[in-house]
Amino acid sequence: MSNPDPADIFRIEAAELLEQMEQGLLDLEHRLDDRTLVDAVFRALHTLKGSGAMFGFDRLAAFTHHCETAFDRVRKGQAEATPALVSAVLEARDHMRALVEDPSGDHAAEERYLLERLQAAVSGAVAAPMASVADAPAKTATPTAPTTWRIRFGLPENTFVNGTNPLSFLDELRAMGECRVVLDRSTLPPLEQLDPTALYLAWDVTLTTDRSRADIEDVFLFVMDDMALEIEAPSDGAPLPEVAPPVLSDIDAPARAAAAEPPPERPEPEAAARPVADAADPKLRRKVESVRVPAERLDELMDRVGELVIVQSRLQQIAATSSDIGLRTVSEEMERLCSELRVTMMVLRMVPVATLFDRYRRLVHDLQRDTGKKIELSTDGESTEMDKTVIERLADPLVHLVRNAADHGLENGEARRAAGKPEAGSIRLSARQTGGEVIISVTDDGRGIDRARVRAKAEAAGLIQPGATIADQDLLQLIFQPGFSTASSVTNLSGRGVGMDVVKKAIESLHGSIDLASRPGEGSTVSLRIPLTLAIIDGLLVRVGEGRYVIPLPAVEECIELSQEEDLRSRGRAFLSLRDTLVPFIRLRELFATGTRPDPYQKMVVVSTGEERVGLIVDQIIGHHQTVIKSMSKLHDDVTTFSGATILGDGSVALILDVANLVSLGQEQEAQLRAIA
Amino acid sequence: MSDPALKTKAVRDASADEIEVLTFEIGGETFALEAAIVREILDLLPETIVPGSRPFVNAVINFRGKVIPLADIRVAMGMPAAAATIDSRIVVVELDLDGTPSLVGLRTDRVNEVATLSKAGGEPPPRVGLRWPPQFIECLIHREGAFIIFPDLRTIFSSKGRASQPD
Repeated sequence: MSNPDPADIFRIEAAELLEQMEQGLLDLEHRLDDRTLVDAVFRALHTLKGSGAMFGFDRLAAFTHHCETAFDRVRKGQAEATPALVSAVLEARDHMRALVEDPSGDHAAEERYLLERLQAAVSGAVAAPMASVADAPAKTATPTAPTTWRIRFGLPENTFVNGTNPLSFLDELRAMGECRVVLDRSTLPPLEQLDPTALYLAWDVTLTTDRSRADIEDVFLFVMDDMALEIEAPSDGAPLPEVAPPVLSDIDAPARAAAAEPPPERPEPEAAARPVADAADPKLRRKVESVRVPAERLDELMDRVGELVIVQSRLQQIAATSSDIGLRTVSEEMERLCSELRVTMMVLRMVPVATLFDRYRRLVHDLQRDTGKKIELSTDGESTEMDKTVIERLADPLVHLVRNAADHGLENGEARRAAGKPEAGSIRLSARQTGGEVIISVTDDGRGIDRARVRAKAEAAGLIQPGATIADQDLLQLIFQPGFSTASSVTNLSGRGVGMDVVKKAIESLHGSIDLASRPGEGSTVSLRIPLTLAIIDGLLVRVGEGRYVIPLPAVEECIELSQEEDLRSRGRAFLSLRDTLVPFIRLRELFATGTRPDPYQKMVVVSTGEERVGLIVDQIIGHHQTVIKSMSKLHDDVTTFSGATILGDGSVALILDVANLVSLGQEQEAQLRAIA
Repeated sequence: MSDPALKTKAVRDASADEIEVLTFEIGGETFALEAAIVREILDLLPETIVPGSRPFVNAVINFRGKVIPLADIRVAMGMPAAAATIDSRIVVVELDLDGTPSLVGLRTDRVNEVATLSKAGGEPPPRVGLRWPPQFIECLIHREGAFIIFPDLRTIFSSKGRASQPD
């Protein structure tokens, strides 16, 4: 394995920072005076600038610096966070991403424009700085009279590894006012246990300054998450008790510090109470550790697990014919471990849909600007987990759906008021899991789908006969036809007639389906039903001739026996009447040219995609099979009957039938036969 | 650090026309493939027929947990069919198919040896008098009074032979 390019490592880190920044900014838009959000954005900007410079992304660093400066002012209470600033920095963020991806490109014009916007936003914000200070006295109050603070801080042992110099904090504190520093070396281990690269010291500082508590906290801004920090305000202006002999005015005299007496009036009980307080503070809570692993390695691991399962099943076969109890026990143990390992493997690939939903907040932000409509985006069920590949492939279809909802679904402010609805339109993204499927829905409270217009459009396009009676659901489904769009005006957002059919294709390629519900005047809901993962499906294992095949279980509607008489009667035609409806069927034995005799008890497996059904005639239904999907080689690209392959317990390969394709094959066959008749 | 990669490089550097090859037999003829692309030589495995596929890649096998296609040069070359023998082996090679590195198994009657051949002694396939489609042969190399056939796998795999598949 070669070492990864450091620039790539930075890119991954930068992507994360930009993501945090975007989320922070979008939250900030709603809670402009939330200090923690301002800090979070500032930190992301600062780190991006720092790491960018470190990895040679100098233009990025230089550009980010301007945004950082702007946010620094907000943080210090010198300026106010305004919607203009937030949106300028949001745009700047997109530019930062461009700089990360293509540092050598020509960005000069873009940069100038963005900096002008930023400048305009900043000068707008400075106009009211006093107001902000007055508004939030509790947070940014600047006491005019000098106060004496007592600050105790300890840093984690690995502080030096991160390149942090504790002395710099002391220097900053000293710059704020009169300062007395006492070294706390109570945690210093005996010499033989001392690790020279670790930090064991803590400091106790008495600071007399006219600066606020927030200013003092800012000194520790970048280490705050990992450190223990206590800042004690003076109790009602009463002078603090002397902490330590004033001899130690200089930290550079460690020998003297070591010799100094520990502060006698150190309040021990409080120190003991500190861990409890730490636990309560969400910032100090232990972060969930995660490891970034390239997806190919997961796939590799999956292959290894697949192999192991095969070896295990061989072992099981040997054990079954052996009388050795020990061997049998080991085999059973192996079986249990293998199935657990497989389950764990599956879980590894799952990520919460929150990662997907978060992207649409930005989209909605931009849509508000472009459509001039007020839109509230709400989400729920973000913790629902799905396979990462599925999530990636859902991203684009959902963009279409959200855009459609914003552009076609939601009315403008006036129309909404006239209809007695709140002025801001609502778009709701929700996810929930039912069995092996996740249902993701996009709901708007707009005008709903205009059936008359859909009908008119469909008639004009020749999709339905004029005046034909058509079920409501079927009528609605027409909007998924290629080239269909009811918007009379083409906007740059949507309405080009591409979109819905693209969405439908994308969802079908994920083995999913789309439901559409719409009430005139009340809004629409598009629900996507998606299997949890692409890597594994529940399948029905069947035998056709000598080959074994897997039919994806979600597509299976029912299995019925095909008696010999019925089989003979149906010779020559390709329909069976099933509860008064004619179902076209395909004899897989003939399609696959097995050259075998039909089994006396053939079965028909009825599969469907949405409304269309087709019966597949198989020789035998073997049973349910959890299928790990392997893709087919490029050499078999021309074979459309199969969507993939899987490895069975005995190590042999079974092909997975592509239901969508077989159904359309059945439909074609039906159309041909109708034409003949 | 992958040894084969280094080796290939070394071989190429040593002499541009000397290559290390794996020779094998199909239908009484000797074929050769660059040893660098050979991943593994397997005993016969259970095969799964893929209905509707091109006849010379009509099956898939389970190769270490991966499903890989099994190709038959015999069919591609139009040689008469023959039953598998105790010497039959599957040679797994790695090829670049449309930009994706892919593993493909090749049915062979017998695997001979790894040899060093000079490609400079190779001749293009004669236009006439050849029993096999000339475009499927990269070159023929003379060795000990016999011909070693260098098949052009890329052309073979991208070739016609689309089975009559209703679609």
